[in-house]
Amino acid sequence: MTEDGQGEAFALQTVLSIAADALAYGMVLFVISIGLSVTMGLMKVVNLAHGAFAMIGGYIASYVTQQMGLHFGVAVIAAVMGTVLIAVPIERLLYRRIYGAPELTQVLMSIGITFAIIGIANFLMGPTLKTITLPAELQGPVDIGFRAIAAHKLFVVVVGLVVAGGLWFLIERTRFGVKLRASVDDAAMAGALGIRTKWIYAVSFALAIGLAALGGVVGAQLLPIEPYYALRYMVTFLVVVSVGGAGSILGALISCLLLGAVETTGRYLMPEYGEFFFYLAVIAIVCVFPNGLLGRAK
Amino acid sequence: MTDVQLKPSPGLWQRSAKTDFIAVLVIATVAIGLYFVFPSSLALLTRIVAIMLLVLSLDLVTGFAGVATLGHAALFGAGAYAAGIAAAKFGLTDPLLMLAIGSVAGMVAGALSSLVILRGHGLSQLVLSIAVVQLAHEGANKLSDWTGGSDGLSGIMPAPLLGLFRFDLWGRTAYILAVLLLILVFLALRVIVRSPFGMLCRGIKQDPVRVRAMGAPVYWTLVQMYAISGAVAGLGGALSAIATKVVGLDSLSFNLSAEALVMLVLGGAGNLLGAMIGTLVFVWFEDLVSAINPFHWLTIVGALLILVVLFAPKGLTGAAASLLARLRGGR
Repeated sequence: MTEDGQGEAFALQTVLSIAADALAYGMVLFVISIGLSVTMGLMKVVNLAHGAFAMIGGYIASYVTQQMGLHFGVAVIAAVMGTVLIAVPIERLLYRRIYGAPELTQVLMSIGITFAIIGIANFLMGPTLKTITLPAELQGPVDIGFRAIAAHKLFVVVVGLVVAGGLWFLIERTRFGVKLRASVDDAAMAGALGIRTKWIYAVSFALAIGLAALGGVVGAQLLPIEPYYALRYMVTFLVVVSVGGAGSILGALISCLLLGAVETTGRYLMPEYGEFFFYLAVIAIVCVFPNGLLGRAK
Repeated sequence: MTDVQLKPSPGLWQRSAKTDFIAVLVIATVAIGLYFVFPSSLALLTRIVAIMLLVLSLDLVTGFAGVATLGHAALFGAGAYAAGIAAAKFGLTDPLLMLAIGSVAGMVAGALSSLVILRGHGLSQLVLSIAVVQLAHEGANKLSDWTGGSDGLSGIMPAPLLGLFRFDLWGRTAYILAVLLLILVFLALRVIVRSPFGMLCRGIKQDPVRVRAMGAPVYWTLVQMYAISGAVAGLGGALSAIATKVVGLDSLSFNLSAEALVMLVLGGAGNLLGAMIGTLVFVWFEDLVSAINPFHWLTIVGALLILVVLFAPKGLTGAAASLLARLRGGR
């Protein structure tokens, strides 16, 4: 092989490597953030505490696999259900009071909830990083031809696709989805037509939080679980949802993959710049699409 | 028939001058009191004053002009780094010059960031403001030759103030400079806020459509307010650089922006006193509680925020004002 040929092969390998990692990272972001997109699009609540619920899911799964020694599958179910159980009273007591409030109020309230959750998490679980024991099938690399990719990353991609497909089916093809879309379009009219919007909100919120917990668990290798997780990624989740357009599954998917690609590429090629290009891309996209890529104008 | 000479009622400026005078007296008294009661905490108090300037500047854009931003630390950090770089790299160590440089840098940063931030409304405005401060943070991190990167910018040696007063280890000079600066800035801001320009900003906060219909330029007014706010924030940053002699990346962080917003909401937005009171209470408590356990502090702040949002949305000053009104009106 000539020097040029070697260079080309290397470049192609780098590109595919970046693509594979970007896909995994983007999918983790998607699974966690899609719940936030639903919350922001449906209930019009800017919930900066969304990452905190993902963190809670991660903590529960870590406790179940490490301290209780149970299987990963059990941990996932426990994490999702546990987080939803924790979130329900918070929704009733706190979130219900800020539906329809100005964005700043919602931001402040949800930041407050985030801080409180971080403090409590540290108090209960300590400040160290928590790991979730993966089952044997998900450990180790999987060879996909041009390189070996970690099995858990492949798992994340699969989970992301299943979530996207499942949500699409739920929203577009079920009765619940019809009522959900009606409540989003015009809550007052939907209520007048007999749709129990409060119940729809509660179920949607539970669904959103459950997805966040799921994302927190499957993404724990990429976004490690420690008390500051909620703060560290707070901005990331908010940003990808805003860029994609709140309430749009496809928008969230595109935005997560796009921003995930920008971030991963930056990290590979110019790590000294950190997240510079990520935020540059955010500014560019939001300036051109003030309601997000696929959002609706208010 | 006698000529009845009606005494003209005092105008807005005269009445306000009286409240301003009282406020300045209060600030000066509190400052002098603190100087004698806590002589070993002057560094902390000076830092409190620097952050007060940041929160005052945030009050201008959020409390008066209604622009919700989580990126205001970018202006503070711009001033801090500008003053720090001027001293450490260019040898311009006169503290008044450093303050001026910081203020101008803050003003420029404010104008530039407003061009980005004002393109969005509501949520997208918040996201843009976050992106701006994060961008500034990463940029400062990358330009570590100038800014020292994550190690911070050190080697700032401010020359004696007016050639006479050295910046000693006790922080006395820095503290007195800080208090004088605070009083001057407070008076200047009171004047600005009362002026037609300030009134226009308040109008824009309440109803931008109507103001635009009146023919006033909403966008450019907000940019101007942002520039003024940037000047104040940059001043605070420069003060922080002079007092602590070091500038870190945390002065350009989202965390600082969020904390400033918390302080503002705690104290009450829309009146300059709330910004100062909120900062004093917040930073003092943070210093007390963080020493014990920083996570406990985080929980307390979280709980405090939730309580303030639910029960005292106008902050401490708002609660005090409504209490006062109830006491007066109850009679």
